[in-house]
Amino acid sequence: MLARYSRNVTTLSIEENEKLKNYSVCVVGCGGLGGYIIEMLGRLGIGHIISVDGDVFEESNLNRQLLSDTSSLGINKAIKAKERMATVNPLIEVKSVTERLSKENGKSIINGANVVVDALDNIESRLILEGICEEINIPLVHGAIAGWYGQVATVLPGDKTLTHFYGGKALEGAEKNLGNPSFTPAIVAAIQVSEVIKVLIGRGEILRGKMLFIDMLNQDYETIVCQGDVAYHT
Amino acid sequence: MRITVKLFATFREGRDKIQIIDVNDKTTSQNIIDMLGIDKAEVAILLINGRDGEFNRVLSQDDVLSIFPPVGGG
Repeated sequence: MLARYSRNVTTLSIEENEKLKNYSVCVVGCGGLGGYIIEMLGRLGIGHIISVDGDVFEESNLNRQLLSDTSSLGINKAIKAKERMATVNPLIEVKSVTERLSKENGKSIINGANVVVDALDNIESRLILEGICEEINIPLVHGAIAGWYGQVATVLPGDKTLTHFYGGKALEGAEKNLGNPSFTPAIVAAIQVSEVIKVLIGRGEILRGKMLFIDMLNQDYETIVCQGDVAYHT
Repeated sequence: MRITVKLFATFREGRDKIQIIDVNDKTTSQNIIDMLGIDKAEVAILLINGRDGEFNRVLSQDDVLSIFPPVGGG
């Protein structure tokens, strides 16, 4: 095995790590969450990453978005993800999509991915993404942040966890008032990546049919089991 | 009757995160939300005993009400 992956072992077995190069993960949103997520996926050795973002970096991103720096202001975020990965781990193929995900283009963007990661910044788009993943049968790892707070859930086809939890309502999130500091995206991104890896290697327990709520102001972490009228309750 | 209310994220600001309160029979989820000074429009998720709850549901002894604001940033 390559020396660059030697410290992945035995967290991952050599066989598990070897397999990662064959997988494709689509990261929708390359801002606060997405920047960290792509970094971690690439360093682990996920062979193919699709980075999706229609926005460019602006000064207000510099407090938290790993891919942003003073020289990249005005640069598209998905493109910057590809450029950075070329220096971090050139073995990883990054395909950049410089469009916002929509109902119209969503399917063609995420098609072929083994797992999709929700690193979006609004609830309306998250519900659209869940619908597309449901339609084409791809697992989705959801993460969202607001101030000191965050949440993570892993949604398998048939679950519709986000539709259930958000009640299908595209409300304006609390982050509009609370902002987002540097540390909240990092922790939520890390938990999302751990979920992606477990979905891919089929080991450990995932947050399926559950939502992990993170409150770093009180260091309180609570998992809520979703017991709605959805299909995964056996 | 006794009800447990669990608040999440911003709803914890200025309020205890877990509250055990005595209420009259026929109290609804909406009554509890009003009592706590929470605007219904700010509630993204309302669970009663871990299941999807309704605002007009009449609560029962020992019900656990979990109330979440929307978290959508990235």
